Formats: sequence, structure tokens, C-alpha cells
Amino acid sequence: MLKLEKRRQPSRAWAWGAPVVAVIATILAGGLLFALDGTDPVAVIRTIFWDPLFGQHASFYRPQLLVKAAPLVLIAIGLSLGFRAGIWNIGAEGQYIIGALTGAGCALAFYPMEGWFIFPLMVICGALGGCLWAMIPAALKVVFGTNEILVSLMLVYVAEKILASMSLGLLKNPEGYGFPGSRNLAQYPSAHNAEIVAGTGMHWGVAAALIAVIFAYVLLNRHLLGFQIRLTGEAPRAARFAGVVPARLVVFCLGASGALAGLAGMFEVAGPSGQISIDFNVGYGFTAIIVAFLGRLHPVGILLAGLLMALTYVGGGISQSAQGLPAATIQMFQGMLLFFLLAFDVLTNYRLRLTRREVA
Amino acid sequence: MDLSAINPVLLVASLIVAAVPFLLAAIGELVAEKSGMLNLGVEGMMITGAICGFAAAVQSGSPLTGFLAAAAGGAALSLLYAFLTLATLANQVASGLALTLFGLGLSSKLGRGYVGIKPPASATLDIPVLSDLPVVGRILFSHDVMVYFSFALVAAVWAFLKYTRAGLILRAVGENHDAAHALGYKVKLIRLMAIAFGGACAGLGGAYISLIRVPQWTEGMTAGAGWIALALVVFASWKPWRVLLGAWLFGGVTVLQLNLQAAGIAIPVEYLSISPYLITILVLVVMSADRSRAPASLGRIFHASQ
Amino acid sequence: MLRRTFLGTAAMALALALTGGVHAASHSDKVKVGFVYVGPVGDGGWTYEHDKGRQAVEAEFGDKVETVFVESVPEGPDAERVMTQMALDGAKLIFTTSFGYMDPTINVAKKFPDVKFEHATGYKTAPNVGTYSARFYEGRAVQGTIAGRMTESNIIGYIGSYPIPEVIRGINSAYIHAKKVNPDVEFKIVWAFTWFDPAKEADAARTLIEQGADVILQHTDSTAPQAAAEAAGNVYTFGQASDMAEFAPKPRISSIIDNWAPYYIKQVKAVMDGTWKSEMTWDGIGPGMVGIGEITDAVPAEVKAEALALKDSIASGAYHPFTGPLKKQDGSDWLAEGETADDRTLAGMNFYVEGLTGDIPQ
Repeated sequence: MLKLEKRRQPSRAWAWGAPVVAVIATILAGGLLFALDGTDPVAVIRTIFWDPLFGQHASFYRPQLLVKAAPLVLIAIGLSLGFRAGIWNIGAEGQYIIGALTGAGCALAFYPMEGWFIFPLMVICGALGGCLWAMIPAALKVVFGTNEILVSLMLVYVAEKILASMSLGLLKNPEGYGFPGSRNLAQYPSAHNAEIVAGTGMHWGVAAALIAVIFAYVLLNRHLLGFQIRLTGEAPRAARFAGVVPARLVVFCLGASGALAGLAGMFEVAGPSGQISIDFNVGYGFTAIIVAFLGRLHPVGILLAGLLMALTYVGGGISQSAQGLPAATIQMFQGMLLFFLLAFDVLTNYRLRLTRREVA
Repeated sequence: MDLSAINPVLLVASLIVAAVPFLLAAIGELVAEKSGMLNLGVEGMMITGAICGFAAAVQSGSPLTGFLAAAAGGAALSLLYAFLTLATLANQVASGLALTLFGLGLSSKLGRGYVGIKPPASATLDIPVLSDLPVVGRILFSHDVMVYFSFALVAAVWAFLKYTRAGLILRAVGENHDAAHALGYKVKLIRLMAIAFGGACAGLGGAYISLIRVPQWTEGMTAGAGWIALALVVFASWKPWRVLLGAWLFGGVTVLQLNLQAAGIAIPVEYLSISPYLITILVLVVMSADRSRAPASLGRIFHASQ
Repeated sequence: MLRRTFLGTAAMALALALTGGVHAASHSDKVKVGFVYVGPVGDGGWTYEHDKGRQAVEAEFGDKVETVFVESVPEGPDAERVMTQMALDGAKLIFTTSFGYMDPTINVAKKFPDVKFEHATGYKTAPNVGTYSARFYEGRAVQGTIAGRMTESNIIGYIGSYPIPEVIRGINSAYIHAKKVNPDVEFKIVWAFTWFDPAKEADAARTLIEQGADVILQHTDSTAPQAAAEAAGNVYTFGQASDMAEFAPKPRISSIIDNWAPYYIKQVKAVMDGTWKSEMTWDGIGPGMVGIGEITDAVPAEVKAEALALKDSIASGAYHPFTGPLKKQDGSDWLAEGETADDRTLAGMNFYVEGLTGDIPQ
């Protein structure tokens, strides 16, 4: 009988090996899935994993990977801080929406005035919007002890309704022939989150994501607050004796993750997306939760996991038109990748041992 | 304001029907959560149930077969989640989200070839004398079988959790899995069964949409009902009868706002549709004064280390 | 330094790919046509009908054409990426089938001057971007006529999705023609505030039926309202987007069908022949973009004849569904006797005509 035995220390070899094994397993299982669809599995796998990076048009796809990964990484970094401390913000989707709304709202309030200060102000508004939205579960948790998982999730629905209402009402483009959706910020130079270097996909959101990765790394490894976060997650009682104030930690973790999610929304609406619309949000806030876990809540891991997820989106899109693969199959493939990554992760902290069934 | 166009009897009868998918999915999730498992994959299990039920009903010509297949499909999918969280000790939140992603993909794959087909009709149970009673007859005695089944299920879950030994063990596992394990209960087996039950119920809820409410198969047709079911469990503070109440509230707000619109009364629709979520948050806050309600082991990973 | 060089090279390679490299990608005589869909092809409504148009293109041209599609593409950066990818892979013509793809289509079209783009339901064009949309309100006029004749309670229910010009046009058109044949008719309108949520559509239909409506018109794509009507008994409905013939002959007594096939075939042909021009196409019943599904026997023969006569006069151009005298809801004059509405007003329609009750939600 197979049995799991906890390792004294997480295995370093498996920490790196597990994701590799998981990806290989996914490719094998996915190949089977693609073959069932009547497509050539090797071609599909190559399209998804190879073409965006090294294929004929890789020079277009590589920047797209950054564009797709940036919001995921930005949000996931914020979430990972809380997750490490056992503070569960699963409402990043809502904070993302609110950040986009406040960011875009700030820009549209100034329209059509031009000024250097508008974009920085939008950044502040976006971060503040997301942060305040996350402060609702934080405040309720600190004051009443309310479960933050559920409150933050509920607030996602509320944010979605506000988004629909805003794109049909307050933020609707007055020159849009009555169609829902705001003005396009890409056509408003002061508010446009343009590429820093043209053609690279590097917009300010990508830069912010990279900065967030570095910042989180330093915070967790070099700073007292990072130590407190880790300690609280691993040994809450010990943390109290060490002088950690739980309420302060809750406010910091939720606030930081909310601010980063809000920033992600703001960069998205001002850049790649361009406008507020009813269906502006595409689930980055939820996908980022998965990214955070795939990256094992480690900043560098999250960066890699975000890029991997982006790769499956971009490559999946290519294989739809190249091999005629249905979107549903891509979705299943992504699901499988997550399953395998989550499943193999166990080997980092546990070892498999063959035992004989005990005779009672 | 002219409210005369709204017939309260019909309104109540409507909301009872509108609440069924939420109710079925939520009561299943309640059992899973009572055992300590937070499964965010309800939407994925519902949509899988919707297509399994639809396909089986079309193939066999029998709605009953359809519902059985839906329960089986939902339960089968939930076993994936069970494997991840129980066998490989993966994080429950991430596993549940992955399950939803996978279920949405799987369902649209299974659903190819079923677009634009009408399923066999399910009989409404017009109980002869009772359904002719004024008011009560229309509200209570003229629905399809699944409505009554969902009520029965709520009652059964309530009785199970409250009065049976098995129910007590289930709750014990959810409250403190280490203690339950120390007492010799098979924590993982119990949780596995609770998860499968949750999956089966979610599948039934999905099939109710595809076989009775709509009835047709279209991709993504559950349109977020699974997430509402999750909210409901919290709203109900893990008490079966309150799930029923909550389902009526959530279903009722939708039906009510549509009724007000049709009666020509200007209401801010978006804000009214936010209200159930705000009420849920309020309930959470009120509830958190008393910390004991949520299963204490909810969302925590269990590993038996002797 | 190294990094910078890499980025610089990448940018240059991209610029090359975007200007000259496009031709290299197509290596056969087949004309590649791309379709970008907002929903899954199995949605049974909007995307489903566009995909039927794509299949018709394949059937028409056989070996001479290759079609590719990507489904469930969110509006925004993803749409832009998918369109670029199709262009890079050598597509000569790309249909982008949702309003929200408007700005992405324009952006991508700028980078690929040799590729033609067709954007559905938008209002922005470019030298290589045309738009197309259907005059569904023409079909609504036919529906309104039948509905006005068929209703006994004189209450007609209307399920709207979001309050946008397209939907408001449909409501106005249906109302004007229902009123014409039945002066006592009254419209009850509910907004579902969703493009797609079958269960909610079922609730909306039930609500309308409970409040006395015996004819239901829907501007949402699922069959849920049909099923609700069937369960209620004496209620009539019309299919929307697709024929929904499985609910005929009753409750579904006719339908409006989105028929993109003739247009898609025509435009693909134009690209093959090198005659494609950027146009704003807004076709109705005449060219066959809006189809009227079979009017079933549940409708009395004289009503059917009347509806078909109206359909023919719209198709031939003899009659415009918005012909004066018409007033706006607030009583102000809109169209004088014999005057017809111009397309600009119709495109941005944001008011009800006189007689409709309630406000358009803002």
C-alpha cells in the first residue's frame, strides 16, 4: 500500500522537479486528449509550447506573453503574501474591477485635458480603489472576525454589477452611439498606458509586475514584516508570542493584495484593453489564485507560473486556428495542467512509501 | 405605484421553481463543507451534470435516467477534486477553481451534437385535489417532481446531520479532523463520500436547468449558478433549512425585480440584484459574533501523521 | 545591454513581420478566411449562426478557401492578439463578430493594410475595414404585426437584454406594427441585464406570462422563454437568432433568423476577385440577411397573409418600418407624414416611440 510520509524538510530536488514532471505528465495526457479530437497531438503540443516562444511569428507572441502574464503575476504576488500568512483573499477579481473603474474614472474626469500628472494620478486611484475594496473584508475581519474568504468572494459579484452599471451609465462614452462602454483610453494620450519600448509588449503594468516580484522577494526574505508573514502562516501561536499583531497583518496583506489587483485592473484598462465595458473582466483575479499556488507562493515561482499560464492561453489560441482545436479542449488542457501541478506538488513535502497493510 | 399587475401567488410559485437549481447545488455543498471540504468547483460540477443529464435523457428518452446520469456525472467529476485534496493534499481553493475550469471545458466537449435538441418533457405532478386548492394549491402542489425532491433532500440532510450517528461523525470530522481521526474514524473516506454527495447534488441542480428550466443544452448555460450556491451555504450559516430560505431569497429577488419591471415600476435593477450579496455579507457579520458556526476544519488540509 | 539588444531585435523583427512578412505566410492558392467569435460555437444563438455562415462559405468554395475560427475570445487584448495571429498566419479576410471587437479590429487593421477586415455591428471603418449588421427591426415589424393580431389579452411581453440602440429599435418597431393592427395593444418590457443566462430568461418569460402577456417577444438567444410559454399553455412566442423550430408549431409561431451566409459568401468572393471595398453594410430582409422563419398553422391564414405581405413590401423596399407620422414617447414630433427614419438616428436610437410606457434604464 502506498503511503505518504511527511518530510522533515521540503525536498529541494522535488521543489524544482515536481513542476517539470507535472508538465510532462500533462503533455502526455493532453496528447491523448488532442488525439481523441482527431488532431495530431505532436503538432498541437508544439503549437502551444513551442510556437509562441520560438516559432515563425515568435517576435509577435513573446510580447503578448508579457501582456497576458503581467496582470496574473501582479495579482498573484499580492495574493501570495496573504496566503502565506493564512489570510485568504479570493476576491481579487472584484478588486481588479474596482481598480480599473477608479483608474479609468479618474482619467475620464479629466478628459479631454492633457497633462503629465494624469497617468500617475490614475495609478494612485487604481491602487487606492482596489485597496479600499479589499479593506471591506479586512475591516470586517478585524472588527467582527468575519471570514474574509466569503466576504471577498461576495464582493466580486457586487463589483461585477457595479461594472455593468458604470459601463451603461456614468462612464458610458457620450460619443458611442448609445452602446455600452467607456471612451477608449488608448486614444487619450495622457491616460494611455503605452508600451515603454514599442513592439516589446513592455507596458507599465509589466514593469510593475516585475517590480512587485522583486519587492515581494525582498520583503519576504529580508524584512521583518516578511518574517512575520511567514511565521504567522507556519506557526500562528508562535507568531503571537513574537509580537505579531494579527489585525495589522490582516490589514496589510489584504490591503497590499487589493492594491496590486487594483493596479493590474488599472493598467489593463488604460493599456491593452483600452476601455471599460460590461465584460471587461476576464477572470484574471481567479486565475491568479491558481498562479499563486502553482508558483508555490514564491515570487520567482509566481513569475514563472504566470508566464506558463500565459503560454497556454496564447498557444491555445494559436492551436484553435492552426489545428482547429475547440476552445473547450484548451480549457480542459489547462485544467489538467493545474491538476497535475497541484497533485505532484505533494512530493515536495511528503515522500511516497510502500508499506505493508498492517494486520489489526 | 401600481402593483396590481403582480399576482403574489404566482410570484411565490415562480420563485420556488427559480430557487431549485441553487437549492440542490447548495445542499450538496453544505454537506461537503460540513465535512470540512471547501469545494469551489460547484459551477464546474453543475455544468457537467447539466450536459450528462441532458445527453442521457435524450438518448434514453427518460428524464429520470437523465437525472440519474447527472448525479453520476457530477459525482464523478467531484472525485477528481477529492483525489487532489485528499490523496495529494493539494490546496482546496486552488483545486476547486481548477475543477471549475476543467468542468466547463469538459461539458462543452461532451455537449457537441446536442445543441438545438429538445429533451423529453418531465411530468409535472399535478396532485389532483390538492392542486385545485386556492392559493396553496398553486404555490405548493403544482410543480414538477424535482421541486418536491429538492424539499425532501433538504429535510433528509437536516435529519441526517441532526439525528443520525453518521451525521454526527461527519460533523465531527468537519470540526476537528485530528480528533476524529484519533477516535478511529476514517476521515478521508467520510470526506470522500461527502464530496461525492456534493458533486451529485450539483449535477442534479445543473440537470434541472438543462432538462426542466430551459430546457435545452447550450454551452455555459449554468451562467454562474454554482457561485450563487456557494454564497447560499454561507448565507445559511451551514444550516439546511436556512439554505431553503436563502435559495428563496436569491431566487425571489430575481423574480421580484422582473415583476416590478414588467409592472412598469422604475427600479434600479443593478442595485436590486446586488442586494442578496450584501445581505449575505451582513449575515456573515452578524454570524461572526458567534464563532462556532463554520466548520472549524473547513479548508484545512488533513494528513494523518501518527 | 544584452537584454536591450534582444528587445530591439525583437521589435525590428516584428516591424518586418508586420509590413513585409505577411505574404510569406500564405503558401497555397487557398484564400484563408478567419472568424473571431465572442461565444462558443455551441451557444445555439449568436455565435452558432455566425459559424453556420462560415460553414456555408466552406461549402460554397470548397478547395479554394480555408476557414479558421477561434471561439470564446474575450473583447479586448485577447481579441487583438487572435486577429493579429490570423493575419500573421496568412488570412486574407477576417470577420470579427462582436461589437466589442471594434477598436481591436481597427488597431490590427492598421498593421495589416493588405488584409481585409469585416466588423459586425460597429460604426468605425478604415480603408481595409468594412462593417456589416442586420436590420433586425425589419423582422420585428413582421413579428409585431403577428403579435398584435394574435394577442387576446392585448398584453405583449418583451424580454430585452441590455438597453442598447439595437434592442430599443426592435422594441419600437414591434410596438409600432402591433399597434397598427391592434390599437389596444400594450407592451410590458423587462430587461434581463445579461446577454446570456437561460435560467433568468425563463424567469423573465414566466413573469410576463403571469402578468397577463399572451405573446412573448425576446431579444435574448436561449429557448428558455419558449419552454416557459409552452408550459403555460396559450402563449405565443417567436424564435430569436436561430429558428427554434423545435418549439413549432406552438408556442413558436415564427422567428427572426440571423442569416450571415449570403453576405459571407459575397465578401469572400469579392476578396478572391480583388473587388473588395470598405463599406458599411446594413442589410435586412431584402438581401436575405434577416430571415423570417416559417409562420406556423397556429396563425390564422389571413394574419399569415398580412404578415407575409408586409415582409414582401419591406423586402422590396416599398415600405420602411419607421415611416411617419411618428412621435417620440414624450409626445414630441419625430417623423412627419410619409417621412422615413434616417440610418443615423436608427443607429443610435435611444428613445421609445409614443405609446410605450416606462423608461429606458440608464
